[in-house]
Amino acid sequence: MNVFVRVPTGGCNKSRLLNGFIAFFIRQPKFLSSTSFMHNQSAFCAETRHAYELWIGEMRSSGCSSTAAVIVLLSLSFTVGCKRGHRTQEPASAGGQIRAYTGQMESDDGHWLRATKDYANTRYSSLNQINTGNVSQLHVAWTFSTGVPHGQEAAPIVANNTMYIATPWPNVLYALDLTKQGAPLKWKYEPHPSPASKGEACCDWVSRGAVYDNGKIFFNTLDGYTIALNADTGAELWKTHLADISHGETITMAPMVVHNHVFVGNSGGEFGVRGWLAALDTNSGKLAWKAYNTGPDKEVLIGQRFKPFYKTDQGTDLGVKTWPPDAWRVGGGTVWGFLAYDPKLNLIYYGTANPGPWNAEVRPGDNKWTSGMFARDPDTGEAVWFYQMSPHDLFDWDGINEDILLDLPMQGQNRQVLVRPDRNGYVYVIDRSNGQVLSATPYVHITTTTGVDLQTGRLQHVPEKTPRTGQVVKDICPMAPGAKDWQPSSFSAQTGLVYIPHQNMCMDEEGTEANYIAGTPYIGASVQYYPGPGGHMGELTAWDPIAGKPVWVIKDKYPIWSGTVSTAGGLVFFGTMDGWFKAADARTGNVLWQFKTASGIIGQPVTYRGPDGKQYIAILSGIGGWPGSIVAGKLDTRDGTAGNGWGKALPNIRNEVTPGGTLYVFALP
Amino acid sequence: MKRKTLLFCLFLLALCACKREHRVFDPGATAAQPANGTVMNDVMAGATQPSAAVPIQFEESAYAVAEGKRFYQAYNCVGCHANGGGAIGPALMDSEWIYGSKLEQIHSVIVQGRPNGMPSFANKIPDYQVWEIAAYVRSMSGQLPSDVAPSRSDHMPTVRSESSRPKEHPADENQQPLVPGRSK
Ligand code: HEC
Repeated sequence: MNVFVRVPTGGCNKSRLLNGFIAFFIRQPKFLSSTSFMHNQSAFCAETRHAYELWIGEMRSSGCSSTAAVIVLLSLSFTVGCKRGHRTQEPASAGGQIRAYTGQMESDDGHWLRATKDYANTRYSSLNQINTGNVSQLHVAWTFSTGVPHGQEAAPIVANNTMYIATPWPNVLYALDLTKQGAPLKWKYEPHPSPASKGEACCDWVSRGAVYDNGKIFFNTLDGYTIALNADTGAELWKTHLADISHGETITMAPMVVHNHVFVGNSGGEFGVRGWLAALDTNSGKLAWKAYNTGPDKEVLIGQRFKPFYKTDQGTDLGVKTWPPDAWRVGGGTVWGFLAYDPKLNLIYYGTANPGPWNAEVRPGDNKWTSGMFARDPDTGEAVWFYQMSPHDLFDWDGINEDILLDLPMQGQNRQVLVRPDRNGYVYVIDRSNGQVLSATPYVHITTTTGVDLQTGRLQHVPEKTPRTGQVVKDICPMAPGAKDWQPSSFSAQTGLVYIPHQNMCMDEEGTEANYIAGTPYIGASVQYYPGPGGHMGELTAWDPIAGKPVWVIKDKYPIWSGTVSTAGGLVFFGTMDGWFKAADARTGNVLWQFKTASGIIGQPVTYRGPDGKQYIAILSGIGGWPGSIVAGKLDTRDGTAGNGWGKALPNIRNEVTPGGTLYVFALP
Repeated sequence: MKRKTLLFCLFLLALCACKREHRVFDPGATAAQPANGTVMNDVMAGATQPSAAVPIQFEESAYAVAEGKRFYQAYNCVGCHANGGGAIGPALMDSEWIYGSKLEQIHSVIVQGRPNGMPSFANKIPDYQVWEIAAYVRSMSGQLPSDVAPSRSDHMPTVRSESSRPKEHPADENQQPLVPGRSK
C-alpha cells in the first residue's frame, strides 16, 4: 500500500470529495459509537470495508484523482484498525518485513555513554557474545541497591571502566568500579536536593539518568539543578540552577551533550510551567542559550533560519497568537524526553510536551509550540523546523517521544528520516531535513482520531471524543499517558525493525475547572484508565517503519513501561512492571530467557563490554513512575483516579509488586 | 537645666534596665503549647494532654463538609491527592497517616505545609475554609457520620461516596486498652 505520496491537488471536485466523506460517515453510524466497535469488531470491519469500497468506487467514477491523502487516512484508520482487531486473536500475525538496515550506524566501542546509546537514538549494540543461541544461560553477575524505593527510570551509563547510576530523588550518583569483582562502589555524590521538589513532580521522583562526555558526568536533580562531576573522582565541577520548584518546575530528563553544550529541559507540564530547553557550556556550566516552547519568537529562538514545512506553523509569534491572552505563560510544552542529533545536518531533535492545563476548553488555538517537535542548531539554538503532532492537544499527549534517525528507502527514494512512535498513537516517519511527514501509521487501537492528513500535516479528530467541562466522554483511546509514554524504543540494524514498548489502554474523562495556583497542579480533568481491546495493558511491538506494519507483538497484562535495547546477538531486552526481565528473539518475538527481579521494571536496559572483554546486560529494577506510583506511593486504588487515573487500571498491583531499587547485571557463565 | 537633662537620661536608662531585668515567669513545660497547639506525635512526653480548643462544629455540619469538598477541588488538592486515593501526595482515604488523622492536625498540615512535598497554603486559604477542607478530608476515610459526609456526586463516578465508605481505623485513633498484667 504505497499511497503515502503527496498528490498535488487538481481536477478534483472538493465538495464531491467532502460529500463522499460525509456520506461515508452517515452510512456508518457505528463508526461514531466506539463501544460497538469494540464489541463487534469483525462485523464492523466487514461493513466498514464495504462502505469504504463503495465510497472509493464513487470517487473513482466521479473522476476525482486527488483522493490519495484521504484514502491514506481511511485506509490507515480502518484497514489497519481492522487488522489490529485480528491481531488480538492471532498474536503473531505479520505484515511488516524483516530486512537488514542498509544505512550507516554510528561506530560502537562497547560503551554506553548516553541513555540513547548513539546520537541516532537506536539503542542498538553491535555486541553479539550473548545471542539467541546462548541467552538461556544468562545469569546474575552482580547486583547493587540504589537505596531508593521509587521508580528507577535511569539508564546505567558505562564509560571509563566505570558504571554510573543516577537514582530517583535524592538524586544520588553512584560510580561502580567495573575492573574489580562485584563492581564495588568507587565514589558517590549526594546533591541533597530539596525534599519539597517531590511534591512538584507529577509522576514519581524519577530521573532518566546521566550522560558521560569527555571525562565528565552530567546529571540533573529533581529540584532543578544540572551538575557536572569529574568522572574519575566524583568531584563537583559546577552546579547550575535552572528550574524553579516554587512554580512547579522540576528536572527529570537525562541530559545530552553535543559539541561543548549539555542540553537540559524542564518538567512540570501538569503545574502550568512554561517549557524550555537550555544549553549549558560543558566546561563552565554557564547558560549558552535557552529556547522556550511558548511565547514570542525571540524567546523561542525563531528567526531567519526557521522553515517549518506546514502552513499552520508559519507566521510570527505563533507561540503567543495561538493562545488566549497570556495563557502561553502557563502553557506547558516542557522537554523531558530524549534528544537526537544528526552530525551531518548539525541539528538536534526533541519533542515538546503537552499544553497546560489538560482541559483544552480554556486554551482555544493550536497552542504552539506544544505537543510537537523542534529541529534546532545545537550551537546557536536557532529553530530550523517544527512539526506539531497534536495541535491544540486534547488528551495530555506530550510529544516527548524519541526520534530515531535512520536513512530509509521511502517512496522509491533513500530518505533521511526520523522514526517517531508518538504518544498520539501514530508512528511518524518524517524527513529530518525539513519536517515533512512521509507517513503516519497507527500502531495501537485509536478511537479519538482518524488519521493524519499528509497535505496539511494535521491530526484528524473525532469530534465526539472531545472532552468537555462537566461531561463524561467514554472510550477515549489512547488514554492520557498515550499509546506510549516516555519508554524508549530501540532499532535493530539486523532486522530493520523498531521495537516499541507501549500501552494498549483507553480512558473515560470528565473536564473540570482548572485553577492556576503556582506550585500546585494545573490540570482540570478527572480521568480513569483501563485496558484496551484484548484486556491486556502492555505491548512490545516489532514495527517495520518502511511498510508501516507490525511484524510481531508481545502482550503483557501491565503497561510495558520499560525501554528496550536490541543487540547484534539477535535479541531484544525489556522488562515488565511485575518484575520480569526478558530477552526476545528480535525476529520472532519468542521470549528466550527471563528472570524475575525484586521489584517492577520501568528502566532502560543497556549492554556493554566489560574491562574483562565479556558482554554484560544491565537493568535497574524498581517500580514507580506514573503507573508505578500506585506501588511506590502506596496509593489507594479504591479511587479510580488515584495516581491521576491509574487506580482503575491497576487495582491489585500493590498485592503483586513491592517497591525497591536494585541494579541487576547479567552475563554468560 | 543640665542636671535635669542628666537626671532624665538616667531615669530613661533605669527604665530600660527594669525591662532587662523583667522576669517572664516560665509557665513550665507541661502548660506550654507548640505555636498553634497542634500535636504531631502520639507519645506525649510527661504524659500530658493538649488543651487547644478544636472547632469540631465543622465536622458536624453537612454544609461545611460539602463546602470543604468544593474547596478541595478549587484549591487543587485533588491534583495531588486525587479523590482520596492519592497521586503525588499520599492517599487520604486510607488508614495511614504520616502527620495524624485529627481535625486540628489536618488543619495545620494545610496551613504549614509539610517538608516532603505538601505546599503550605498559609495566607492562601481563609481559616474557616481550611477547617471545612480538613473536615472534608476526614470524611474521605469515613471518620464523619454518614449524615454529614457528602453523598453521591453528579460527576463521573470514580470512588464510593464519602458517606458510604467504611470507617478506616488510623493507628492514632483510639488505642486499645493495655492487656492487664498479673502482678506478682
Ligand atoms: C503539590 C502537591 C500537593 C498539593 C497541591 C496538596 N498536597 Fe497535600 N500533600 C502532598 C504531599 C507530597 C504530602 C506528603 C508530605 C510529607 O510527607 O511530608 C501531602 C500531605 C498531606 C496531608 C498529610 C497526610 C498524612 O498522611 O499525614 C494532608 C492531610 C494533605 N496533604 C491534605 C491536602 C489538602 C487538603 C490540600 C489542598 C488544600 C493539599 N493537601 C494539597 C502534596 C500536595
